[in-house]
Amino acid sequence: MTELPQSTERSLGLVIDLDTCVGCHACVISCKGWNTENYGVPLSDIDAYGGDPHGTFLNRVHAYEVQPRDGGPAQTVHFPKSCLHCEDAPCVTVCPTGASYKRVEDGIVLVNEDACMGCGLCAWACPYGARELDQLAGVMKKCTLCVDRIYNENLPEEDRIPSCVRTCPAGARHFGDLSDPESDVSKLVAERGGMDLMPEQGTRPVNKYLPPRPRDREDTIDILAPFLDPVIEEPTGFLGWLDKALGAVSGANTDKKGAS
Amino acid sequence: MHPAPSVILFSTLSGMGFGLLAWLGIAQPAVFGTTAFGYYFLAYALAVGGLLASTFHLGNAKNAIKAFSQWKTSWLSREAWISVLALIVMGLYASGEIFLNTSYVLLGYLGAALSLTTVFTTSMIYAQLKTVPRWNHPTTTLLFLLYAVSGGALLSGHATLAAVLLLLTGAVQLFSWGMADGRFAARGSTIETATGLGFMGKVRQFEPPHTGTNYLLHEMVYVVGRKHARTLRVLAIVAGSIVPALLIATWRTSLVVLALAAVVHLLGLLAQRWLFFAEAEHVVGLYYDKR
Amino acid sequence: MNKPVQPMLDTSPRVSDEIRQTTCYMCACRCGINVHMKSGKVAYIEGNRNHPVNKGVLCAKGSSGIMQVNAPSRLKKPLKRVGPRGSGAFEEIEWDEALEIATGHLKRLRDEAPEKLAFFTGRDQSQSFTGFWAQAYGTPNYAAHGGFCSVNMAAGGIYTMGGAFWEFGQPDWDRAKLFMIFGVAEDHDSNPIKMGLGKLKARGAKVIGVNPIRSGYNAVADEWVGITPGTDGLFILSLAHELLKAGKVDLDYLARFTNAPVLVNNDPGSPEHGLFLRDRNGKPLVIDRKTGKQAAFDKKGIQPDLAGQLKKGGKTHRTVFQMLAERYLSDAYAPENVAERCGVPARQIRRIAAELAHVAFEEAFELPIEWTDFRGDKHKTMTGRPVAMHAMRGISAHANGFQTARALHVLQILLGTVEVPGGFRFKPPYPKPVEGHPKPHAGHAPGKPLDGPHLGYPLEPADLLINEDGSAKRIDKAFTWENPMSAHGLMHMVISNAHAGDPYKIDTLFMFMANMSWNSSMNVTGVMEMLTDKDENGDYVIPNIIYSDAYASEMVAYADLVLPDTTYLERHDCISLLDRPICEADAMADSIRWPVIEPDRDVRAFQSVLVDLGVRLGLPGFVDEDGKAVYKDYADYIVNHQRRPGVGPLAGWRGKDGKGAGRGEPNPRQLERYIENGGFFIHHIPEHAAYYKPWNTAYQDWAVDSGLYDKPAPYLFQLYSEPLRKFQLAAEGHGAHQPPEHLRAQVQLVMDPLPVWYPSAGGLSSPPDGASSSEEFPVHALTQRPMAMYHSWGTQNAWLRQLHGRNPLYLPTKIWEQHGFKEGDFARVTSPHGSIVVPVAHQGGLNDSTVWTWNAIGKRKGAWALADDAPEATRGFLLNHIIHELLPPKGDGLRWANSDPVTGQAAWFDLKVKIEKADPPPDEAQPQFAPIASPVGRGPKNLAWKVGK
Repeated sequence: MTELPQSTERSLGLVIDLDTCVGCHACVISCKGWNTENYGVPLSDIDAYGGDPHGTFLNRVHAYEVQPRDGGPAQTVHFPKSCLHCEDAPCVTVCPTGASYKRVEDGIVLVNEDACMGCGLCAWACPYGARELDQLAGVMKKCTLCVDRIYNENLPEEDRIPSCVRTCPAGARHFGDLSDPESDVSKLVAERGGMDLMPEQGTRPVNKYLPPRPRDREDTIDILAPFLDPVIEEPTGFLGWLDKALGAVSGANTDKKGAS
Repeated sequence: MHPAPSVILFSTLSGMGFGLLAWLGIAQPAVFGTTAFGYYFLAYALAVGGLLASTFHLGNAKNAIKAFSQWKTSWLSREAWISVLALIVMGLYASGEIFLNTSYVLLGYLGAALSLTTVFTTSMIYAQLKTVPRWNHPTTTLLFLLYAVSGGALLSGHATLAAVLLLLTGAVQLFSWGMADGRFAARGSTIETATGLGFMGKVRQFEPPHTGTNYLLHEMVYVVGRKHARTLRVLAIVAGSIVPALLIATWRTSLVVLALAAVVHLLGLLAQRWLFFAEAEHVVGLYYDKR
Repeated sequence: MNKPVQPMLDTSPRVSDEIRQTTCYMCACRCGINVHMKSGKVAYIEGNRNHPVNKGVLCAKGSSGIMQVNAPSRLKKPLKRVGPRGSGAFEEIEWDEALEIATGHLKRLRDEAPEKLAFFTGRDQSQSFTGFWAQAYGTPNYAAHGGFCSVNMAAGGIYTMGGAFWEFGQPDWDRAKLFMIFGVAEDHDSNPIKMGLGKLKARGAKVIGVNPIRSGYNAVADEWVGITPGTDGLFILSLAHELLKAGKVDLDYLARFTNAPVLVNNDPGSPEHGLFLRDRNGKPLVIDRKTGKQAAFDKKGIQPDLAGQLKKGGKTHRTVFQMLAERYLSDAYAPENVAERCGVPARQIRRIAAELAHVAFEEAFELPIEWTDFRGDKHKTMTGRPVAMHAMRGISAHANGFQTARALHVLQILLGTVEVPGGFRFKPPYPKPVEGHPKPHAGHAPGKPLDGPHLGYPLEPADLLINEDGSAKRIDKAFTWENPMSAHGLMHMVISNAHAGDPYKIDTLFMFMANMSWNSSMNVTGVMEMLTDKDENGDYVIPNIIYSDAYASEMVAYADLVLPDTTYLERHDCISLLDRPICEADAMADSIRWPVIEPDRDVRAFQSVLVDLGVRLGLPGFVDEDGKAVYKDYADYIVNHQRRPGVGPLAGWRGKDGKGAGRGEPNPRQLERYIENGGFFIHHIPEHAAYYKPWNTAYQDWAVDSGLYDKPAPYLFQLYSEPLRKFQLAAEGHGAHQPPEHLRAQVQLVMDPLPVWYPSAGGLSSPPDGASSSEEFPVHALTQRPMAMYHSWGTQNAWLRQLHGRNPLYLPTKIWEQHGFKEGDFARVTSPHGSIVVPVAHQGGLNDSTVWTWNAIGKRKGAWALADDAPEATRGFLLNHIIHELLPPKGDGLRWANSDPVTGQAAWFDLKVKIEKADPPPDEAQPQFAPIASPVGRGPKNLAWKVGK
């Protein structure tokens, strides 16, 4: 079981757009809601109304600040993180009980809670912090890519996507088959330079992150030309210009362009 | 990594236990009857006690039996198998010595090999983890084996050999710390590689995902003070190696001194093992801007 | 390789027994939700894909509704205070007793002095109903929370262009190519903005975020303008300066659709100075470029002349546009002259102006849709100018916020991007000219209803609500010379004024969903004292407080009588076109809530309680001639109430046949039809009516058919606001209604008919030693609501409070390094009003002279059923403690409100402070207050929530 399949029929995963994520945590809570009610034991909350509330979440949104080397203003990046469903998932091979496995049909990495003994070794083996041992149930929880939604015949076809993707208000999360170069997600990755997290760990993540587009650029318009050519050098010159401009405007028909 | 008492006890006690079993397996010393019983009782108490302690680390121990299933890929599963085999084989061997006054030499060598292999598999649980660069190195295995062998030698009363092995272990430990301290950085995992945002500039955490704690932080992000760590390192070397080596080298025949040396050694070993966890930085800490 | 044996996995588990579709209540978005039910319990909540607002998506608050509905802080039964106010000591009573107590107070007051009831509803989503009730009751003292929220944004838009951002309109997300967003944290209108940003991002359109703080939407902005708080108006007018100077304004649009060509009296001595030249019918006049003659602005076929001038009766008249150009072409607005003040480099201002011009004019496009304007001119196409803008509290919660909002609209209008493809678009029932709104009313008499609606839009000094002696008619002094255009009232002044007896004392304070003893008040400690203060007889200065809330908020402890409300899944509601609708730019829409679960506690929906009280009090509209109840509850009211014949709270499925859209008799099956349709109604605008709405005859006719207007009402955008000028003219000494002397200069400055910028924080309204106080308190201090908490009071929500369980004060790099702060440190933050000691954190993407924190995370010990050591209470804090509702005394004995002098909007963001390192750091954020006794006990230790098996 904990042998990784040599290949999977598909590689389902997420593409997360860091250029678009506004950090609203919608995905975090939608995930919590779905996965508390569905797959396996509920995601518990310890000291829920107390001094040290902490619960199990399968998806968390970090926020980073990047200081550009050229000295521009610091940039804020919201950064959702959940299981990356790695091709070389170290969390699977370390599992002693066979609870962790990577599905042959779609590459989803899952925990069979009926077999999990809660040793936590898989969480140690994961570089990304994708696995959390539920503190009440003592079994390992992780993103299931909503395996109980994406094939669920009780859901309308359009809803057969992970709950985080369905709920994301900004559309910063995309779901699809990353092994198919023709899929929308693969195309997005190709177009936008989708990247792996911690490639040096050799995990070959399926999920990809689209980097933020360049910010605070000053070259958005031709910097050699003056920004705006003044037509009025003196406040008093305004009426003269206006007369001329209005002449041009009324010369055109009713659906002409504006000023020029 | 969180220095959980259950895991510290597991790895230290079982290491010493299997180390002692290994010495007994090669008939060093060769013991029989009630003496043998005493030795084996100690060895099994340590080995089995350690293994039992490890189950306190489990969230769902009722599935522990399934840990035998994945020996093909999982070092933890292999450890389960090998430890049980070692205990069975050494049990048979011990029965011969205790009840039949007979040493089944081949069985003993097999048992000794299995005992050390158990320690090896234990070490591999940690050494395999790329996510913890400090552990992810052959010295982790070497040290686990050295601690087991030297601890076993101490318990089995090989005064001179134990003193030498203890000092050797201490030396390797010192050398290993020196090497391991830079390993995280050498691996190249940074908050920039973790986030992929290095191309934009220098990255720092702005806000954590949740304002409270979580399992990951509790389990894998443990920050130990530099001064505290230095004190413990001194303790680990002094108590783990130097003092017991001196004690047994000086009073080589005294059982009391031997026992004292063993206790002092265990104390040092606990300090070493606490540091082994507490100083080990998991790359997931990078996501929290903590290392 | 053999396929390994994988565990059996049911990939098609049953999701729920049933889906009930209703409307979210976590914030002002009011998204459609699918509530999945298992065994009659809420199992899971997701967005409704068909809903016009959220189209299936849902934010963190919405998705956590299950924790809101099951929160341990829910009130369980009516409460009567038994201990001193503020202690939280209550006894549970039956509803009959509770309603008798309430009726006792209310009946007596109505018969004697109805103005002694102050009825203020906080985050009320039923204002058209609560206002109707208050009007029937007869007190002039009613408003909701708009006055401390964003009335500047609403009023600035209404007076300028007949609508504003958020519920009034939206960017054309599908066509905009450049989007500027000003002062928007994660607030109105949350999911639609995220969805819109997503659309822009998917197309690679450019987003410019103007905000001192680079979080949330400003984090994804392609360019960040880290402006100094309170200077947005100056920045905007500098952009206008650059555009005018380069001639990059839409002259055709300005001439046709705005009052730019309207002639203004230019004679300084005249009592009409600055007023429009009008014809006999009162219509503003323009010069027709075709004939060179004057003509009514709406005369068929004319070509209004922006350059027109006219001498008439010895007085010169010139156009609004000439006045506007003259003002903004002044060097005072040149980028170099505003850069330092705004904290924005001149080069950046200039480049952004160039980008605006480039996108508006070089990337303009035509939609092949014919339309006809109100002058009868036929247009073959619709011209698109793909520049869109949005703004919110960041620019409006300043004492110059109204004029800043006006400036922003003027900028959009100069570019010709309002109500055109790619620009900003109104949502029905907007556009609606300011004249289309009611004027405010305060005429009250014992036993009588009020003489008209409470709130409205004054057009001239005669519309103010002041007595002969100059005193205010309303307890909050709305619609007085202190703040003439206070269209949403001043909720933040109610307790302060009632306590001071200024303008008069009240008897009963009746509030709904307003956490006035905590995060919804300025000067929290002071408010707690006012609520508990006693007079010389030992009676409370505010004698009676009735409060309704669903949760054990901090305010509950200060009530004498608590009426426990239901949660949002246990009630009927209507999100009505008469109120704050949920329309889209392409459609009118409204929606309902209905009880998808029944309360498991002895609680009642507040609106139904109001219906009940209305009957008990015999209020007109609530009882018939025989004194019998007209409506049995709020649901009955929603279906059967008619505001005008054929027009009621809900627009959908009206008439006996259920076919009426907008108009029609009440339909007894209306709520069922809504439920069948997913909880909402939508009625689309035809394509040729979808843009240019204020001037498009097709839209005007559609709006009349749909019950939005009673007759077409085309109008011009008001670059120059004549109502403002009338107040200013009065301050110059003209007319019968004169401001008091101490306000004359202020009115003259702030009621400028053309957008004007004046310093807000420590500026206009500062004490005489304003300069030195600005040096002593050099740092701006702001708050934002986090997206996962905004408007939702999510603290009692076990999932949300893990996201934001405490709040640090974020410091910019400069201040962080200057004081040598480190992680874990605390700072003492001092304003002229007081000090707090709070944990700090570092943020690089922050204006150099600004600090900020997440608002309303800090909680008082004992509230919300949380443990006393909850991080919200120990590490969380409010800035409210150091913001006063009054400005520091000026030595004139007067109480000057810390509000915008035009609208009365609470000037939350004018706060200025000094920062010191707190050494040694305290154990807990300061100040701390005695824990309140929880009326509902405490929450359970752990949660493992699962409804199904």
